Amino acid sequence: MSFLIGKDMRGGYGGADILNGCTIGVDKGQIAVVVGPNGAGKSTAMKALFGMLSLRAGSVTLDGRDITSMSPQDRVACDMAFVPQTNNVFAGMTVEENLEMGAYLRRDDFSDTMAEVFDLFPILKEKRRQFAGELSGGQRQQVAVGRALMTQPSVLMLDEPTAGVSPIVMDELFDRVIAIKKTGIAVLIVEQNARQALEIADIGYVLVSGENRFTDTGEALMADPEVRKSFLGG
Amino acid sequence: MFALMSNFVFVPALTYGSQLALGALGITLVFGVLRFANFAHGDLMAFGTMGVVLITYWLQAHGIGIDPLPTALLALPFGIALAVGASLLIDRTVYRFYRKRRAAPVILVVASVGVMYVLNGLTRFVIGAEDQRFFDGARFLISAGDFKDLTGLDEGVTIKLTQALTVVVAVLMVAALFWFLQKTRTGKAMRAYSDNEDLALLSGISPDRVVAVTWIIAAVLATVAGTLYGLDKSFKPFVYFQLILPMFAAAIVGGIGQPIGAIIGAYVVAFSEVMLTYAYKRALMYIGPEGWGPEGLMQILSTEYKFAISFLILVFVLLVRPTGIFRGKVI
Repeated sequence: MSFLIGKDMRGGYGGADILNGCTIGVDKGQIAVVVGPNGAGKSTAMKALFGMLSLRAGSVTLDGRDITSMSPQDRVACDMAFVPQTNNVFAGMTVEENLEMGAYLRRDDFSDTMAEVFDLFPILKEKRRQFAGELSGGQRQQVAVGRALMTQPSVLMLDEPTAGVSPIVMDELFDRVIAIKKTGIAVLIVEQNARQALEIADIGYVLVSGENRFTDTGEALMADPEVRKSFLGG
Repeated sequence: MFALMSNFVFVPALTYGSQLALGALGITLVFGVLRFANFAHGDLMAFGTMGVVLITYWLQAHGIGIDPLPTALLALPFGIALAVGASLLIDRTVYRFYRKRRAAPVILVVASVGVMYVLNGLTRFVIGAEDQRFFDGARFLISAGDFKDLTGLDEGVTIKLTQALTVVVAVLMVAALFWFLQKTRTGKAMRAYSDNEDLALLSGISPDRVVAVTWIIAAVLATVAGTLYGLDKSFKPFVYFQLILPMFAAAIVGGIGQPIGAIIGAYVVAFSEVMLTYAYKRALMYIGPEGWGPEGLMQILSTEYKFAISFLILVFVLLVRPTGIFRGKVI
């Protein structure tokens, strides 16, 4: 049983179901990557895990506790953190204020956590007084991930963190994600750049039409000829 | 000449601008956080000021005062409490319903028009539609006579106490507001919520709390602005209802959702209004040859048209630069 698991999830946005009984789980100190073609329900599955979509069937459990009907805000208080794909920074606020807002629920002194985030993303320390809206795409993503880390989450969920950033920045970002995982956080990523993401995955899920098609370690999926042919471009 | 400009243009415009700024700040904050244009703001102002006026009368009847300052300052906290109570109650009974349904902003605007009529009617019902003069205390900070004695010039610069009071109070309020928005946890949460609502929710910021704080601030600003306006001129519910036009113009000129813009916009509107409706007759008499004077008042626009100026500024800004000076949101 994984630390966070969404089991046999079914649901959609009112019309036909987008998720057709898929199961996604991740353990602490592990990176789980969800890949699949467009419209496979990757982001929807992520939203369902975070309570932004009500499920018609199936359940979500965190550390053995059923949180299926919990609101996203309450999940934040349960140490879950989510980085949306777009609009994931407070553009009109400084980098430092963005991080402070990440720590909004914390009443203790969070300067240590902020120092850790600055260690992880040194560029943010340099630009701490700049507005997040003025930063480049890659730097914004760093602010977004940094903001999510400020709650000291046990689960970090990233929705396509590399969308719109250059390949070099992407590699760097994935390096940071590995560093985050090593601190014992469960990391769940939804990715378009399947090949690079699976390289760092401890466990990979290939979704098709809202169902699990393949589930294995990242390495095994990369080696599987069928997965290569259909989803990784040969 | 300088004295004339100061007495009848600069000082009144600065005063009026400060009053508008406090009102426009409330509009812009409500727009930033709740995402709708609150048409009831002028009447919230009237409602809070009504509380101040009634308490002032009561205090005056009991001979309680803080001469030379106007008694209304003592009554202000009660009026603020009344306005805060009213706006929280209105939010709970009207706006929250639409917020929970994630209604389109235009629906909230129309709801606010309804609130406007209710508040307007309530105010007139309680205090009546007539003019109320509740000013007392010293009239001038610097009177024309004092100034002439002091400088030996033949035209005196006068500054009314209410004008000085308005500017001082407005500066203090604005400074406090900006400190609150920039430095405190709740103020930052308000900005975050206004900036990106979804992400604010993902950060655990409670929308109910942010909304409540916004209403409290808007009500405080509205009551203070209304009281200062009433002290400077007089309190008449219908005039306060009309004030929403220049206040909206100010908020939009500055960029709606941007507090700093509301302040700049308020002065733009106030100075345009005063400069265009000022009677330049006496000023021209000073410039022209001895004994010569123009026949009319030499106003660029007659005073009846002062609201047209706000309206023109509003239309012009919406056509040319809909985001306003400081790149606010587009309505």
